[in-house]
Amino acid sequence: MNELKELYREVILDHNRQPRNFGELPDADRVVEGVNPLCGDKMTLYLKLTGDRVEDVKFKGTGCAISVASSSLMTERVKGSTIAESRALFAKVHEMLTGASAEPAEELEKLAALAGVREFPTRVKCASLAWHALSAALDGGEQERVSTE
Amino acid sequence: MSTAARSTREARRTDIERLRADFPALHQMVNGKPLAYLDNAASGQAPERVIAAVAEHQRHNHANVHRGVHELSERATEAYEGARRSVQRFVNASGTDEIVFTRGTTEAINLVASSLGRTRLKPGDEVLISEMEHHSNIVPWQLVCEATGARLVPVPIDDRGQLDLDAFDRLLTERTKIVALVHVSNALGTVNPIAELAAKARAAGAAVLVDGAQAVPHMRVDVQALGCDFYAFSGHKMFAPTGIGVLYGRRELLDSMPPYQGGGEMILTVGFGGSTWNALPYKFEAGTPNVSGAIGLGAAIEYLEEIDFDALAAHERGLLEYATGRLLEEIGGSRVIGSAEHKASVLSFVIDGIHAHDLGTIVDREGVAIRTGHHCAMPVMERFGVPATARASFAFYNNRDDVDRLLDGLKVAKEIFA
Repeated sequence: MNELKELYREVILDHNRQPRNFGELPDADRVVEGVNPLCGDKMTLYLKLTGDRVEDVKFKGTGCAISVASSSLMTERVKGSTIAESRALFAKVHEMLTGASAEPAEELEKLAALAGVREFPTRVKCASLAWHALSAALDGGEQERVSTE
Repeated sequence: MSTAARSTREARRTDIERLRADFPALHQMVNGKPLAYLDNAASGQAPERVIAAVAEHQRHNHANVHRGVHELSERATEAYEGARRSVQRFVNASGTDEIVFTRGTTEAINLVASSLGRTRLKPGDEVLISEMEHHSNIVPWQLVCEATGARLVPVPIDDRGQLDLDAFDRLLTERTKIVALVHVSNALGTVNPIAELAAKARAAGAAVLVDGAQAVPHMRVDVQALGCDFYAFSGHKMFAPTGIGVLYGRRELLDSMPPYQGGGEMILTVGFGGSTWNALPYKFEAGTPNVSGAIGLGAAIEYLEEIDFDALAAHERGLLEYATGRLLEEIGGSRVIGSAEHKASVLSFVIDGIHAHDLGTIVDREGVAIRTGHHCAMPVMERFGVPATARASFAFYNNRDDVDRLLDGLKVAKEIFA
């Protein structure tokens, strides 16, 4: 039960219930579709860049609480960040999810709520789907498709 | 056997707790809780007898089959062919030459799609399937339709997850060359009236393939009574190892079909000007087969033959009703996907506000194993407008305690997501 509480922290449940930046972005520069074939999670990420900064970001789709909360937290955090900052963040989140670092890096702040996923290897893909979509969107290209497989 | 001895044995073989003791994997702790294994539609656990038969073969009798003149090869061949005889008896095929060993149901269907499909189908022909098929009874036909110009036609299902029989009659035409249907749906539990459908299809001149993967662990299957041309199933869903499966095929059809794969075992002679094929069933068994898997399957069949299947089917029905009733009464916002009149031991469900994947993780922490996701049946999920379901699936060795444990786990999920 303790591990479950670690996984489903209040922040996660809150972002699942009321996802931030949920919806379409009509004037997006980059649109990436992310799928997790294992559980059928599907999300579309919309990104609007101004110079090297993420001016706006939104997502829509269906998924488990971990995947929805991770998407919501990600959009909340990268909005207004530079491309380089967002990439660095992705690397830190990846380390945290896969357990490469013992403690979540300090700069992750609220994103550290995703740390409980480490104890659930089958759920790492749920948490990382949004971040893989972000990474693909930052790399460029319109209408891309990424998969966790 | 004396009447007294037989009745004693039958009494033993319907006692659930005694049967349960035969399955070592069921008796373990998972995440600190006793295991409640409710993922039988994905894979069944093996009884001690199957495990022992495979181990005995590996320890003492391992050799290649149909080749060596030495003692071990003879023993391995005899055990392998003995397993084929067990399968023939199990599905009531008219001969062992109609029993082809494959890797599983998927390979068996691919074999027919490839071998029969590519030689029989022409542009404009149709392959009739249903909306409730597993991907493995959709995609092989899509591939062969693309290659031949034939058309894939799915028969719709109704809101309870039952085949629309009127639509089946309407869609079955002179263009239909192959009908491929699931016997028991893995995602919904629906049991299809195969005998009736097969009779209609054959009368219309179509060959009939049945995906029996979910049927064989729950009911006696008689391919002659069903009247199908092909019947495909997997060992691991009926308490045998993974990597072994069966294609039953009607002799005349198998005879008329070209080989599926080329290699050893399936040939009679090989020359650079051309080769000739071995007799049935070896024509369809290229390469060294999964000998130990077949032996495990034979042992599983012998085990099942000692069991009173009808009594256990009633037990499974009881479990399904108990679980369905408790779910709908005690878990607010729950909805069952698939409520066919004839249904096997599958309880597919969703709960408002909690994704199936989260349910699966939470009940796993309580030691309860269920499947979550689209169950390799995306068209079914689409039909019911859900991205995924949670699925508890029962075998005869499950009991009410397993169901109670599932309900406890679901209540934990409701608490977390309150």
